[in-house]
Amino acid sequence: MGRYFLKRLLQGGGVILGVTVLVFVLTRLVGDPVKVMLPLEATAEQRAEFEKQLGLDRPIYVQFVDFMEGLTRLDFGDSLWQRRPAMRIVFEKLPLTLELAFMGIGLAFFLSIPLGIIAALRPGGASDRSTVFLSLIGLSVPQFWLGLLLIVVFAVQLGWLPTSGVDTPAHLIMPTITMALPALARLVMIVRSSMIDELNQQYVRTCFAKGISFYRVVGVHALRNAALPVVTLCGWELIRAVAGYSVVVETVFAWPGLGLTAIQAIEREDLILLQAIVFTVAILVVLINILMDVVYKAIDPRLKLA
Amino acid sequence: MTMTVAASNRREAPDGRMKSLLDELCRDKAGSAGIVMVVALILMAVAAPLIAPYSPATQDLRARLAPPVWEDNGSWRHVLGTDHLGRDVLSRVIHGSRVSLTVGAAVVLIAGTFGVILGLIAGYRGGRTDSFIMRWIDTQVAFPGLLIALIILAVIGPSMLTVVLVLSLNGWMVYGRLTRGAVLSVRQTAYVEAAEMVGCSSVRVVFRHILPNLTSPLLTLAILEFARIVLAEAALSFLGMGIQPPATSWGLDVATGKNYMFRAWWLVTFPGVAISITVLAINLVASWMRLISDPQEREKQFARQMRALRKKHSPRQLQETTSP
Repeated sequence: MGRYFLKRLLQGGGVILGVTVLVFVLTRLVGDPVKVMLPLEATAEQRAEFEKQLGLDRPIYVQFVDFMEGLTRLDFGDSLWQRRPAMRIVFEKLPLTLELAFMGIGLAFFLSIPLGIIAALRPGGASDRSTVFLSLIGLSVPQFWLGLLLIVVFAVQLGWLPTSGVDTPAHLIMPTITMALPALARLVMIVRSSMIDELNQQYVRTCFAKGISFYRVVGVHALRNAALPVVTLCGWELIRAVAGYSVVVETVFAWPGLGLTAIQAIEREDLILLQAIVFTVAILVVLINILMDVVYKAIDPRLKLA
Repeated sequence: MTMTVAASNRREAPDGRMKSLLDELCRDKAGSAGIVMVVALILMAVAAPLIAPYSPATQDLRARLAPPVWEDNGSWRHVLGTDHLGRDVLSRVIHGSRVSLTVGAAVVLIAGTFGVILGLIAGYRGGRTDSFIMRWIDTQVAFPGLLIALIILAVIGPSMLTVVLVLSLNGWMVYGRLTRGAVLSVRQTAYVEAAEMVGCSSVRVVFRHILPNLTSPLLTLAILEFARIVLAEAALSFLGMGIQPPATSWGLDVATGKNYMFRAWWLVTFPGVAISITVLAINLVASWMRLISDPQEREKQFARQMRALRKKHSPRQLQETTSP
């Protein structure tokens, strides 16, 4: 058990190191940070001055050692756009991204279980087919477009909800729904298929034969087994939400989290802030992965981690 | 069980596999609708300049932000209206299909080839090669893919080529995993051993004896990935890091339409509908593919058919057996 987690931690460290080195290589070797960050009409002296200021005139390995040394103190340097430490900006934005991701995936999780069960009770029936078809539609609608449609309908036409921002709980509603939809569609399909499999098992028949009530058999006995894969998938959805969907959803709703900041950093060609964001997200992904293992182990006593 | 299904199909359609496949397709309404839509989309993309009433770049500055026909002030000159530069929305939607389908096909081809080859090597060679490739895949799967893609695009500059490259770089791992798993399960079978005994080269064993077994799961995966790539390209273009103007892409058009959202709803709506319909059609085809190529699914389907048959022939008997 302890050895397993040590292995996972090492693996996670490998991922973080890989991401950091990749980002370093991309920004220093493939691209030319000075050319990216300075305007086209900058003179040669200005370029040299800027290079010196960023320490880019030194040999690449010195830069790398310096970069890694800064990393141990979580210091990426100052953001070029906001002129203050990049990590401080990241820590300001991080809670907003996590809030949105947890709300969205939480909503998807709690809706997917009843919907999946209803579909699984009569495979091939009307409710099943409509659930499957709606999930397919949910998987096919681009997330950014769904967000824009919600804004047009509920903010512009009906005027019920604010279009963007973070001030009140009402601001959370549309971003959460947008975040939840693709995850919900995928989770419903999984709950449905694993519930169908469980309901066909012998022990379910035995439960019915013993006279246990319908709701108890479905909601407790079968659901407990069917929920296992769903929990793992929720972890995956959370990772997707933090590392991918947040960029899109936050851009649509002007939600000032890490994702929107990443896009702004790209627009302003602030590679230092971008490095800090990618590094933080990589750590989050690794942490969620390890957390998922712990939860999975806790709810499935059969599982022996190897 | 699967053999009986095949046999029952052969009875219905004696003249070959193609016919029985078509038969099955006709029975699955959603699947056939998906195929029809995909074929229509491909035709639309190929013949875009012939179908589209205007070129996607033609500006008609006197008819800026014209609404669709059925709205007040709408006219048949621009069926789906025009954008802020007076470009015809219908023509842009038709031309946009080219980008989506090209990027999708290119990425599936590149990522698929790379992933399948690495998966074959990992599964067939085993040992240290296998663990190296698998660790590589595990590490890359845990990368925050979209953010890395955005950085690469920011550094080397967004264009159709870079979008294809970046999406391939992010998407090959699924093929690798699937292929390796399948190779491992086939590797121990008698016919592979026999082929090796006879003295087939390892390349021949891999491509002639192992790879054909993977066709149907790989095909299903490729179709699903195609749908995912179309969405990813749209998202990248929407964020401004994908296809760049003056080229046309649905995601890009939604992004430009966003600025006129409150005055001209049709600018965001129609390209978005186009993306949704495309992805939905591909997803329908994929789920039909899985249904006919997965032996487990076939078994369930066969059981359902038998149940339906029994019900039709002797409803009373069935009731007697199921009632408690």
